[in-house]
Amino acid sequence: MGIPTVFVTALPTIAQMVGANRILRGVSITHPTGDPSLAVGDEHAFRRRIVERALEMLATDVEPTTVWEVSE
Amino acid sequence: MDGGSGMKVVHYLNQFFAGLGGEEAAGHEPVRIEGAVGPGRGLAAAGLPVDVTLACGDDHFGEHEAEALARLLNWLEEEEPDVLVCGPAFGSGRHGYACGSLAREAGRRGVPVVSAMTPDNPGVLAAEGAAYIVPTGSNVTEMRTILPVVAALAGRLARGEPVGPSEEEGYLPRGLRKNVLADVTGAARAVDLLLAKLAGDTRTEVAPSGDRVPPPSAVVDLSRATVALVSEAGCVPQGNPDRLPSRHSNMWLRYPLGGVSSLGADAYESVHGGFDTAAANDDPNRLVPLDAVRELEAEGRIGKLHDVFYTTTGVDTPVAAAAKFGQEIAAELHEANVQAVILTGT
Repeated sequence: MGIPTVFVTALPTIAQMVGANRILRGVSITHPTGDPSLAVGDEHAFRRRIVERALEMLATDVEPTTVWEVSE
Repeated sequence: MDGGSGMKVVHYLNQFFAGLGGEEAAGHEPVRIEGAVGPGRGLAAAGLPVDVTLACGDDHFGEHEAEALARLLNWLEEEEPDVLVCGPAFGSGRHGYACGSLAREAGRRGVPVVSAMTPDNPGVLAAEGAAYIVPTGSNVTEMRTILPVVAALAGRLARGEPVGPSEEEGYLPRGLRKNVLADVTGAARAVDLLLAKLAGDTRTEVAPSGDRVPPPSAVVDLSRATVALVSEAGCVPQGNPDRLPSRHSNMWLRYPLGGVSSLGADAYESVHGGFDTAAANDDPNRLVPLDAVRELEAEGRIGKLHDVFYTTTGVDTPVAAAAKFGQEIAAELHEANVQAVILTGT
């Protein structure tokens, strides 16, 4: 039961406080799934990696309020 | 040296109230400023002279919490204050979260703390009962009426005077249990509660616990799953045609994604009032990663992307409203047989 949801946010502690179960640490408050300091091509590849990690988390059973980093 | 009042007061503020700048200064590192700044002058005028002001950018605190706290607590310990005042933060979640987190850590070190923010501010939870938090509305114009209340409460704590329970003194319940001797036995009180409930007045002596959901099972086969995008980053079509509010939203919206492979800067924008949207508006995929999801969909990594995305603005949102949005959106996703969700937040 329930639809697995991954919450991409740069404030994972708040997400844990309110009970989100799958939490992926976002890049920054102002750009959770991007990085303006990267060249366009690099940023695109980085965003792809972020989404791949998010998908990986959706396909993984987790304990409550689990936080993952994009690179581990 | 104290402010002449015989007590040592430290005041924590974010970059905006400390006069360091607006959103563009949200990444400001922690600083220590001698004396009162901004609203601190109001505290002084209300009888609570501020000796030292500590300030930090809201984004910096949120993204580098451990280091920021370490520096702030170092300065705090050097001062050995009789009381710490954090904020007021009103409806600002990041400022409130910083206030609450600092309050929690200061409390562990024996420093009494007073803060002020909306009851739904995540800072209230972050404080874990360590602070006496005066409830406010979202409007900063309330500053003039709130500062004297904060100053009075902080003064009493600094002087070691007793403070009564929350419902008498007007601060938010701290979730702490204090044993008191009641005039009436538990049995009699239980009967009174039941009689009241039968008469339509439901009261409780114990606060209800939070709403926790166990983690749903993992998606078995992503390559056959329908995945949906949901966001609280305020991402809307250019021009905000349906007028999504920038803060304190009372609505969520859904927009079609059919044929859209990327959130172009010319077609989408963020109206979120809680952060600097410049980077996001240059490339809205930085908030809702549509381009990357489409690529992975084309490669068969997911079955398909759901044909609409859901959007709202998550700043200064009453918890009850946010919970309702979640339930309504989830009901639609469930109805549409969506199997997984990527939710982005700022």
